[in-house]
Amino acid sequence: MASVISQRKVDQRRLITPEGIDLQVQLADIGARIGAYVIDQIIINVGLVAAFFLIIFGGISAGPDVAITIFILVNFFVRNFYYMFFEMGPKAATPGKRMSKIRVASRTHARLTANAVFARNALREIEINLPLSFLFMSGSAVDGWISLLGLLWSGIFLFFPLFNKDRLRAGDLIAGTWVVRAPKPILAKDLASENADLDSAFTFTPEQVEAYGVHELHVLENVIRANEPQTVKDVADRIRNKIKWSKGMSEGDLDFLKAYYAALRGRLETRLLFGVRRKDKFDKT
Amino acid sequence: MAGQITLKSHRFRTEREASWRELEVILKAIEGRGMKSLSDAQIVALPRLYRSTLSSLSVARATSLDQGVILYLESLTARAYYILYGSQVSLGKRISTFFLRDWPLAAKALWKETAISAALTLLAAVLAFILVKNNPDWFYTFMPDSMAAGRTPAASAETLRETLYHDEGADGLGIFASYLFSHNSKVAMFAFALGFAFCIPTAILLLYNGFILGSFIAIFSEKSLGFEVGGWLIIHGATEIFAIILAGAAGMHIGKAVAFPGELTRTESASKAGGAASLLMAGVVIMLFFAGLLEGFGRQLITNDFIRYAIGLSTLTIWVLYFYGPRRKEADT
Repeated sequence: MASVISQRKVDQRRLITPEGIDLQVQLADIGARIGAYVIDQIIINVGLVAAFFLIIFGGISAGPDVAITIFILVNFFVRNFYYMFFEMGPKAATPGKRMSKIRVASRTHARLTANAVFARNALREIEINLPLSFLFMSGSAVDGWISLLGLLWSGIFLFFPLFNKDRLRAGDLIAGTWVVRAPKPILAKDLASENADLDSAFTFTPEQVEAYGVHELHVLENVIRANEPQTVKDVADRIRNKIKWSKGMSEGDLDFLKAYYAALRGRLETRLLFGVRRKDKFDKT
Repeated sequence: MAGQITLKSHRFRTEREASWRELEVILKAIEGRGMKSLSDAQIVALPRLYRSTLSSLSVARATSLDQGVILYLESLTARAYYILYGSQVSLGKRISTFFLRDWPLAAKALWKETAISAALTLLAAVLAFILVKNNPDWFYTFMPDSMAAGRTPAASAETLRETLYHDEGADGLGIFASYLFSHNSKVAMFAFALGFAFCIPTAILLLYNGFILGSFIAIFSEKSLGFEVGGWLIIHGATEIFAIILAGAAGMHIGKAVAFPGELTRTESASKAGGAASLLMAGVVIMLFFAGLLEGFGRQLITNDFIRYAIGLSTLTIWVLYFYGPRRKEADT
């Protein structure tokens, strides 16, 4: 749980709107981007194979030469404009990116322009196709060593996103874009409101709700939402120990956590209103 | 005791939730079916809802410790931000500004790089021409076998002449299609894409392209077909070679910005240069298409040398005027 929170910090980037609020965008992780690329490639290639059969069978009457020519043209357009077409749309994401819940965005406050989308996709050619072509180059045509050197050189572009903090492709660098997470906004239920009927069973003393800070509250929130029996039990026992809470006869671990969560949040939010934000349990303010 | 009264953050959430949901519905409609699908009331409501959600986010960050709400508001406002401050120019308008202003202005702005890349091509072509003239063996050094296709110094004058006026019965569309994957459009793409590495690969590519051009002309002029090969080349070459030179210029522009960023950081400098360069590159793709049409149809149908020269030179004039001719100043749109 804690690793989820710290990963958010690593991926977080400032995006200040003209209204002066930092939206704190999250960079897309490499796994999501590779996933998106693979999905897009599958879509393109399945589409092209389907188009191939359609054109070949439909085009028999016009002659095989014409059919093949048309297919070559279709192939060219699809391969080159698939990414541009989708990334210029309102979601700024290809179907693969949508499934991975990521999108292209401008690195500055400026808009994501059609030019930027063009630029970032024009470089795709050298980033991915060039290393591939060196890899599959037949040994007889070119000296193996030259092929290897070419692969290394072009590999620099391929692995470029791994070696800079904003995970930019070479195309992103030129175009002034980056790829950020675009999760579907889902409003999770408010944990503090669920257990109004339970509150009477749990009454905490001020010392007991002073035990933790905001960080622990958020970890607790994640634990309750995930609701894995073993974790819930461990965490409940840890908290009972810490605040010296004697477990009641029919007291459920999850109920206890929810009640303590509500109490702790109430306490911390009250202090927040007075301008005190207690970061974690070590924070003495 | 703390839990018995409802939390302030919870009350805040219940009060504002309806307007967040309203914004969510509008965003979904825009992303799915575009701005046009909104009703008038929704269009009026959109900016108000966006601002109030943004203010909800500020309030939530300052007073609420409910992560669910904050994460929700962050992703909701980010989505709204990308739509409201996203590109709002219609595609048609975008295309017309590109042809009327963006493309020629980008070409004009990069005139220095264009001059350098033209000079490199010319230098290499002249050098190769002289070398091959003096010793035809050089031809084999410059020209890959696959491209020469029998047009070598060993070929007779008749064979060479034949290649200038007949293309083995291939149909125009076929040539056009194969052209898209041909050597030259690859050269243009790579000249742009590799410029990123401090201009050096771009310069090498331009030189190499010049060598091929020069040695090619040399073997024809050896068989006193110099004038004829000129016509064969210029009808589409005026557009194609110009396009390659511009692609090289775009690549160098980026390479220069990466190598010498000046006051900016290297990243900022590269993306600043990338704007003009990619505009120019979009234009290059269009030029290559045009060159493909000229090669596929124009060159097959027109076998008169003078008409070939006339078409080639007039396209060249049109390009030069289009890029570098004087134009009215307009306010930025």
